[in-house]
Order: sequence, then C-alpha cells, then structure tokens
Amino acid sequence: MNMVEKKLSNDFYIESPLPPKRTRMQEFQRHFGQNRLAILGLFIFILFFCCAVTGLFLTSGSRPIFDPAMVRLQEKLRPPLAKPNLDSLQPQEVPALGVYLMGTDDLGRDVFARMLQGAWVSLTVGFVAVGISVLIGIFMGGIAGYFGQHHIRTDHILFTLALILGTGLVIVNYTFIGIVIILLCLAYIFYSCLARHESTEKETPVLKAVLHSNAVSVDTLIMRIVDIMLCFPSFFLILTVVALLPASIYNIMIVIGLTSWMGTTRFVRAEFLSLREQDFVAAAKALGLSNFRIIFRHIMPNAIAPVLVSATIGIASAILTEAGLSFLGFGVPPPHATWGNILSNGKNFIFDAPWLTFIPGVAILIVVLSFNLFGEGLRDVMNPKLRERH
Amino acid sequence: MESKNKNNHSILRIEGLKKYFPIRRGFLQKIHGWVKAVDGVSFEIEQGKTMGLVGESGCGKTTVARLILKLLESDAGKIIFQGHDIRRFSEKEMKPYRKEIQIIFQDPFGSLNPRMTIGQSIEEGIRILGNKHATNRKERLETLLSMVGMSSDSSDRYPHEFSGGQRQRIGIARALSVEPSLIVCDEPVSALDVSIQAQIINLLKDLQDQLGLSYLFISHDLNVVGYLCNTISVMYKGHIMEFASSEDIFNHPHHPYTISLLSAIPDPDPDIKWHVKPSNGHIGDSDVVPEGCKYQDRCTIAETACLKDKMVFEKVRENHFVRCWKAAKNHGSSPD
Repeated sequence: MNMVEKKLSNDFYIESPLPPKRTRMQEFQRHFGQNRLAILGLFIFILFFCCAVTGLFLTSGSRPIFDPAMVRLQEKLRPPLAKPNLDSLQPQEVPALGVYLMGTDDLGRDVFARMLQGAWVSLTVGFVAVGISVLIGIFMGGIAGYFGQHHIRTDHILFTLALILGTGLVIVNYTFIGIVIILLCLAYIFYSCLARHESTEKETPVLKAVLHSNAVSVDTLIMRIVDIMLCFPSFFLILTVVALLPASIYNIMIVIGLTSWMGTTRFVRAEFLSLREQDFVAAAKALGLSNFRIIFRHIMPNAIAPVLVSATIGIASAILTEAGLSFLGFGVPPPHATWGNILSNGKNFIFDAPWLTFIPGVAILIVVLSFNLFGEGLRDVMNPKLRERH
Repeated sequence: MESKNKNNHSILRIEGLKKYFPIRRGFLQKIHGWVKAVDGVSFEIEQGKTMGLVGESGCGKTTVARLILKLLESDAGKIIFQGHDIRRFSEKEMKPYRKEIQIIFQDPFGSLNPRMTIGQSIEEGIRILGNKHATNRKERLETLLSMVGMSSDSSDRYPHEFSGGQRQRIGIARALSVEPSLIVCDEPVSALDVSIQAQIINLLKDLQDQLGLSYLFISHDLNVVGYLCNTISVMYKGHIMEFASSEDIFNHPHHPYTISLLSAIPDPDPDIKWHVKPSNGHIGDSDVVPEGCKYQDRCTIAETACLKDKMVFEKVRENHFVRCWKAAKNHGSSPD
C-alpha cells in the first residue's frame, strides 16, 4: 500500500513543473540594470581603466608617444588646447596630438601626458592596496569568525611577545641580549615539545598551570587588534610610516593596504559567525568535509558580497589617500607624475594657470565618485533587503 | 531474548549523555550557572529500526541530535556507534564514522547552500566516497535524485528555485550520498504542510526498506512518530521520561507527561469529545532545575516524595521503562 502511495506521490512530484531557469547572474543583471547611477559608475570605471592601461603604454618606454617628462621651458603654463609654437621647438618636442590638450605646467611639460601616467598610478594604488587589505581582512576575519572559539594559551602569547622583543633588540643593535632571548624561546619550544610526549601523571605545578591556562580566545585577540588599529587616525599613521620608509609607489600601496583591512575583517567575521551556525554548514561537517573545504567552498561564496562592496568603495578611498599623500609630498617621488603631485605643483600657479589644479582635481572627483556609485549599486543589488520596491 | 543480543542488533547506543551550556554574565563573562540541555540521556537504536524522540520545544531533542553527529562536544556519557565509543574521538579518528551518520534538518531553506547548485551540493558527499570519475559521479547523482523522486534536470538549479518539500527531498539525497547507516531526522516534516509531510514520511519509509537504514526520528508530532517509529523515547527537560515500543506508548502510557502529550493529539472525528489531560502550567526556565523529579511542578499526580527523590528509570514491562516511581508502582499493584 505504501509503495502505491509513494509511487503516486512521486510521479505527481516529478511532473510538477519547475520554475523557469534563471541564474544568479541574470537576476543580478536585471537588478543592476535598473540602477542608472551604478551603471554610470561602472561605465566611468571602465573608461578610467582603459585610459590607465593605454596611458601606461603611451607614456613608458625609451621614446614614449606622450612623454610626461619632456621639459619645454619656452612653452610653460600654456592653457588647454593651446597650439605649440613650432618655431621654438625641436621636432621631437612637439606633442603627439599637435596640441596641448590639457595645457602645460610650469616646466612646459604636457599635462595630458602627465595625467595619463598618473591614471595608472591611481589605478594600481587603488587595486593593489585594496587587494592587500581584502586579503588580510578575509584571512583575519575568517579566522576570527570560524576558529574564534578556540583559545590561545598564556605561554604562547608570552613566547610570541618575547620573540618579537628579541627580534626588535637584534634590529636595534642590542644583538647579544636579543639572541639570548630568542634562544630562550627556542629552548622553551623544545622543552614543551618534549614534555608533551612524557605522560606525566603527577599533579601539575602552579606555574605550569598558569602558563597552560587559556588566556584569550582567538576572536577576542583579533577583534581587539582591529580596535587598536582603528584607534590610530589612519592618514597620519600612513604619513609617519611613509616618512620613515624610502618613497616609492610600492611602499605606498603596501602601507595603505596594511592600514585599511579592519573594516573587511569586521564584515567577514560577522558573515562567518552567522553562516557558521547555518544548517548547510552543519551538513557539510556531518558529511566529513575538511575545514578548508567548508571555509572556501561553503562559507566564503556566501560571505563575499559585502566584501566586494566595501572593496569597491575602498578603492576610491585608497586613490584619495594616495592623492593626498602625493599632494603633501610624501607620495610617489617627483619625476613620476601622479594626480596628487600635479595638483600639488599646480597650487602655486592657481591664479595664473587654474587648469593645473582643476584638471587633476576633477579627475580624482569623477573617479572616486564613480567607484562609490558603483559600490553602492552593488550593495543594493547584493542585499535584497535594501532593494527598493517599485 | 532481545536484551541478550543487544550488541549485535543495536547500531547506536547512548549511555548517560550529558551536555551543559554555561550561562555567562557580566563584564568578565563569569559562569553564572548551567543550562542542563541534555542531562543523562540513554537510549538504543536497533539496526534497521526507527526510534522516535518526542518532547516539547526546548527539551533538548535537537541538542541530542547534534551531540550524536558530534557537531557539539558532549560533556559526559557514551555514544557507542557500531560498537565504538565515538564520543571522545578526534576529528581524524572520526573520519571513517562521519559518513555513517547523517542528518536531515528541520528548515528546508537553511539546509542547502544558496550559492551551490543541487548537483554540487549532493556531489560533495559523492566525492567523499572517493568516486574519481566525473561520469560515475554524474550517474550516482542521477540515481540519488531519482531515489528521492526528483527529476535529474533539477541538478543544475539553485535551491531558491525549489519548494520546501523539494528541498527536503534534496536534503535527503545529500544525506544518502555517502551511504550512511544511520540518519538523524531532526524534525524533517515540521516545516512542511500536511500533504507534503505524508510524501516525505513515505519516502523515508521506502528508503528504509530499500537500504536498511536506521533512523533517529526527532519530532513533536506524535501522529507522525507513531506511524513511522518502532520505539519511542519521550523527553522532558533533558531527561528521557518514558521509553517503550510504539504500541506500548500509545496503548499503555505510564508517565503522566506521556499521558498528557497523548491526550493533546487532536482527533479528526468531530463526534469524539476531546479530553485533554493538561499539565499544570508550561515549561519553566531550564536553568532553575528543581531537585527530585523534573516534572514535579507540572505533574498532576505529584506527591511530596517527588520533590526529593532522585528519579529512577523503572521497568514496568519488557522494554518499557518509566522515570516515575508512582506510575511504576501503580502499574505494579494493578497490572492491566
């Protein structure tokens, strides 16, 4: 009787129609297409990306088409769209377009060429810095969210602190004391490895009990580090670090990346905490999947949406930070043009040659705005709760 | 006779299983007390049989399920699965047993990964069994889907495209993908409407016949449990109150809590007058556990002795145990 019943129910079931197939991507396109500002942001972003990439090829090499470093002192502070004075220029000094599209600066360098070169700087700084911060953020947030309940033993903390202290002492030339401390640490590791294998039945002494007690949970440790990092006014932290390091574009990318991962960490942790308790993660555990697979295959794809959004907005703020640093003279070293240092050079001639400040300023504004619009559009699409109902 | 062959027949035996959750309060998160979610639960599931675990919300049913699957670390007791106490097993030692015990969840919406297609979700399990070839995996996937009554073209769709009943079938297919011998069904039909409930229950029953599965069936619906289960454990505040075969629970209930639960089952016949034998009040705060019998504050037959005495599991008949001295005594004095 049961078989008959089941047969009936299942046959009925198979024939019950499934809804038309629509992938997540199609859903995404449908919702994103309705958001005109986000489309505009995406369009400007693509344009900027193309400009930056072509700009890199047009302005680099031994004989670039647009030479951002070509000094023509007789042609200085020419306004945008000015024709070059062909009589006073060598043939190779004439700009490629036959016109100073964005004018020239106080050394007669072509601002258009310099803007092209700066676009690449802005793009790479934005992407690499945000790439670094997102990687750190996902790593830290993932650990805090997934393994947060695990505890760190007191001796591990003391040991790590001692190692850092020892290395620090070696670096500042107290070599002997530093090496002694590092050796002590290694001896302790060796000792505790040995002690683990001996099954000691006696009651543990007080010191050992204290050392082996659980100090903090991983979650607490990471989130307090995040809080501490957020306490520093980040722009001044970056200024200090950049002042200490040799000025180069890579240092700036790394420093911006290292000081902006905290937001991502909080996002990822929050997502992991809620996803970890979901039934599908429990099912994955019950199937016997490894932690690695659960984290990267089951949790991460569900946690990535807010990270993408904050990354897009993060790119805008990284570009802005780089421009600010260059403006203050802490950024990319001078012969190389960035939007920030074009702006900075231009400020001395703001009344004689306003285009020198106006053009890079507007470029920064447009790019940052487009990233923010795109990011907010993404957020609206990926978070159905924020979606407007029409 | 059955009790002698216990070890040969039982697939899972739980002995004195305990799980206490700390209540932390204040700035330093000091432990303030304990919620005794599971407090010395013992039962046994025979190979190829179904045991029902019933009880009201918050009595610790789901916690028991999670302890058995080792999704939660238990505090004391034994979980003997196929003759091995797996309670203290490390993740590595657990590896060969992981695939033997699977779970079906109550919530069909949360139990499937929204970013994975149905095929991908089920294939996670097929992969565990070490099926190397993609074509073999595909075949196995189609077999699994047809076993649970789904068409194979649903495998590249996402969970949000399916109804609750369909998702529950997919959840069952995923559990079956690793060829388990025991499936813990954590209220698998509670979130479904009645017609779909019947489909899923019949599906579970057929799968048991075909594959020789054992079930731990957790529910608060006594009708469903009575239809599907061979034995039933009635749980209240972390304790098993009564354990007996399905017929005994329905025909000769002894514990006042079981009697009260049974009397609350609505009868479809409108002519029958419905006599609910109520409990007094409702389930209290679990962190204020009275001494003596856990059911004393709601019991209709409680005496002063119930406030002090430790509860003992008393045998009233072959394979029928009651955690109530009074019910056992009444039965002893006047055997039906």
